[in-house]
Amino acid sequence: MTQPLIKVNLFFSGGLEILFDNIKQKTVEISSSINPPNQTKMEDLIKWIRENLIKTKPELFMTGNTIRPGILILINDVDWEVEGELEYTIKDGDNIHFLSTLHGG
Amino acid sequence: MVRTCVICNKERAIIKRPKTRQQACRECFYYVFETEIHNTIIDSKLFNKGDKVAIAASGGKDSTVLAYVLKLLNERYQYGIELFLLSIDEGITGYRDDSLETVKRNQQQYDLPLKIVSYSELYGWNMDQIVKEVGLKNNCTFCGVFRRQALDRGAVMLEVDHIVTGHNADDIAETVLMNIMRGDIARLSRCTEICTNGDECIRRSKPFKYTYEKEIVMYAYFKKLDYFSTECIYSPNSYRGHVRTFLKDLEGIRSIAIIDIIHSGEAFELKKGVKLPIQGVCKRCGYISSNEFCKACVLLEGLNRGLPKLGIGKTNKMLKKYGNMPEGMATIPKFMNKNSDSVSEQC
Repeated sequence: MTQPLIKVNLFFSGGLEILFDNIKQKTVEISSSINPPNQTKMEDLIKWIRENLIKTKPELFMTGNTIRPGILILINDVDWEVEGELEYTIKDGDNIHFLSTLHGG
Repeated sequence: MVRTCVICNKERAIIKRPKTRQQACRECFYYVFETEIHNTIIDSKLFNKGDKVAIAASGGKDSTVLAYVLKLLNERYQYGIELFLLSIDEGITGYRDDSLETVKRNQQQYDLPLKIVSYSELYGWNMDQIVKEVGLKNNCTFCGVFRRQALDRGAVMLEVDHIVTGHNADDIAETVLMNIMRGDIARLSRCTEICTNGDECIRRSKPFKYTYEKEIVMYAYFKKLDYFSTECIYSPNSYRGHVRTFLKDLEGIRSIAIIDIIHSGEAFELKKGVKLPIQGVCKRCGYISSNEFCKACVLLEGLNRGLPKLGIGKTNKMLKKYGNMPEGMATIPKFMNKNSDSVSEQC
């Protein structure tokens, strides 16, 4: 049985866009259950981005199975640390913003 | 599950604060972020009424937020200070020229006077030319030494009493760790001071000393502040880069670690009798220096004589090998700080 697709709006900024051919915003369609039978979580989305969108240097995006320390994530304008981090279940229409703190001052 | 702000117990939380692990809503976050900076300013007596204060502005996140918050706090709490933006144009095509455009927009947005000082006008060399000469290995040494002086010289041109920089808690914790690893006790004891000034130097301080980078970036994000975020094209910056990665890993495990490292740095005390370099002034340009000539003059001499390694590493050894610095060659304009007598007592 195929899982329904969900639309997610991704944003990259703070210098992170350089890993994505300088694309700052991209809407993607992903399975609502990348890892069946579970619903797609933040952890799955980060891995999906690494495998499908990153052009160069994936180690600048991920460390181990999570986001590289120093990159902030906002889910619908809320700090992902408030939303359960890797365990957050992705919903159709979510705006997910990846924001690097690692550049310049 | 929607989490509620632990400060107002009403609104939805939008951030988990790294320093306290509190979850706060947007308005409460703004309030505590700004108030903590205000408290740091008051507790450390950073400003006096009537002070003219230059914000070292690069167009990056830290200095952009600093300009915004200082302007706001100056109005809210009536510090009675006069603010300026001071930017350095290192002459890096494709990097600094773009970030200076951000500073120029900030000047309009915040309605603050802006002064730009360039390496070319001060030293006769810009970074593009220096990199052509020295390559990508020691270029950051030139840039760092030249920038420090350029800020002081710009401050003198603006006739300000004080320079504030956007160094945040993460930067200071990194510096503490780097100074420990290098065994640089003179810098270790200085690097956690919120305010520094030598006898001839302009007073310098770091209002973001206890402010986490995460909160600065979140504040800029929610306030939609206009900042520039591209890595310098010449900076691999590897030593600090490793320390930075280490610190960010620590923060991920235990975010209080950053403040703890700063406190550890503050608590280090030098044993009595440890000799530290005595600060004097450069024989050639008059800038503060613990050697006969300041680092900028030696670096510049190296560039001008086609010996770019002259100021890298052990200067005295190099001078012995290549011959001393001839007298009467003041190539950087003489450093004259009219305020030097009055500022030395304030800090």
